[in-house]
Amino acid sequence: MTGFGDAFAAAFGLIARMDADLVEIVGLSLRVTLSATLCACLLGFPLGAILAVGRFPGRGVLTVLVNALMGLPPVVVGLVVYLMLSRAGPFGALGLLYTPTAMIVAQTILVTPIIAALARQTVADLDAEYHETLRSMGAGAGARMRTLLWDGRFALMTAALAGMGRALAEVGAVMIVGGNIDHVTRVMTTAIALETSRGELTLALGLGIVLMVLSLALNALVMGARLSGARMSHA
Amino acid sequence: MLRLVASNPSPGAVIRLEGVRLRRGGRDVLDGLDLAIPQQGITAIMGPNGAGKSLSLRVMAGLVRPDDGGVFHGLTDPQDIALVFQKPVLLRRTVRANLRHALAIYGVPRRERRKRLGELLDFGRLAAMADSPARALSGGEQQRVAMVRALAARPRLLLLDEPTASLDPQATDAIESLILDAAAFGTTVVLVTHDRGQATRLADHIRFLHKGTLTEAASADQFLLAPKSPEAQAYFAGKLLL
Ligand SMILES: Nc1ncnc2c1ncn2[C@@H]1O[C@H](COP(=O)(O)OP(=O)(O)OP(=O)(O)O)[C@@H](O)[C@H]1O
Ligand SMILES: [Mg+2]
Repeated sequence: MTGFGDAFAAAFGLIARMDADLVEIVGLSLRVTLSATLCACLLGFPLGAILAVGRFPGRGVLTVLVNALMGLPPVVVGLVVYLMLSRAGPFGALGLLYTPTAMIVAQTILVTPIIAALARQTVADLDAEYHETLRSMGAGAGARMRTLLWDGRFALMTAALAGMGRALAEVGAVMIVGGNIDHVTRVMTTAIALETSRGELTLALGLGIVLMVLSLALNALVMGARLSGARMSHA
Repeated sequence: MLRLVASNPSPGAVIRLEGVRLRRGGRDVLDGLDLAIPQQGITAIMGPNGAGKSLSLRVMAGLVRPDDGGVFHGLTDPQDIALVFQKPVLLRRTVRANLRHALAIYGVPRRERRKRLGELLDFGRLAAMADSPARALSGGEQQRVAMVRALAARPRLLLLDEPTASLDPQATDAIESLILDAAAFGTTVVLVTHDRGQATRLADHIRFLHKGTLTEAASADQFLLAPKSPEAQAYFAGKLLL
């Protein structure tokens, strides 16, 4: 039991003195996940809005597809992106495999369906309420979509945070396309997996604590977004 | 035969429905409705619940296509017709942002919006609550925002669906003076109301609907003194003709 307690103490020590390795790994994690979440929002919000208010053939199929992709296993995404980026793959010439960029691509693919599906639901619910009002004002399709996205901003923020939480906690995809290379592609989850398997509990625990705190912070932000949303929605 | 024609509706009328038929839930809720709205003054549409008053406003606003009949008007710009719904929907933003959004939709150039916004807030006496979330306002205040938002389009035809239902006398007063101001600026106003007093105070013309058809078209003076159609007489006597 002392071993466990010592490991915890050492882990807090790492955090307290901002250990260089720990900071580097946390920094890369955040960089990859924030970039992927941003890309996923830029793709997912408009996609969700188009699925919600657009009238075009194939819309139903696309909606089902996006919803199905929400549950994509990270390792499968990793595998597919690996095949795309590997030397023999269609994008092999770009030389992206085992770079942070590859990890951002994989997490973007993982998170976009989540954000798009939640955005579609948000925008569709709002459209049911706003449709006649916006049409009576003479708003075109573009203006309508922008209005709905903005008025759904708190729910969309929740969607983005949910997507970010998934990306931050995910191991499979970043492991496969990043390769967990020290100082290059090592992020929190892959480092924890590796250090634990090597019996190096100090760094693993330190990173685990940081990851937990970040997850809690994300959840607190979700709550904040909900409350602000409720204040604006009223009745 | 369905005709939706942008053309001169007929002398003196700003918009005219001719033989408009609308099927909902397996019955004709508008049943060959003929309705002409005079260009000049305020027209009140009266009639019992379910007569088709709200639907006829939606047809005039172009939100609902009739299954049969014609809609004639010369209002080609989408912003020529503005509609304030029975239950107005305000955006999840502040009052100021609601009006700014409307001005943007109406294509008001960016540099003019600030000035117009100030005018609108003053006109609706909304300046004190400009930065409150619009949906947190009281019912009467929300109605005022919806009304000002519609007027921001500078419409030639303003359609109002029971704008003072469930408002207290003071809020009703505020809305009524907005309506009179709009009419004084030359906007044609169509007002759905159940309130005979309100019709007396505001209306120049009355159109009485019953079961999706027009049963009486008259001047307000004449109609409110002595309605001619049996349906209108029964309505004011408190009897429902079903
Ligand atoms: N989507 C629909 N499905 C079935 N019936 C409908 C539908 N929309 C409207 N109706 C019916 O059409 C009729 C006319 O509706 P409308 O809303 O125009 O009435 P109204 O004259 O405005 O009544 P109120 O004074 O209660 O506001 C009503 O009987 C209503 O039930
Ligand atoms: Mg009605």
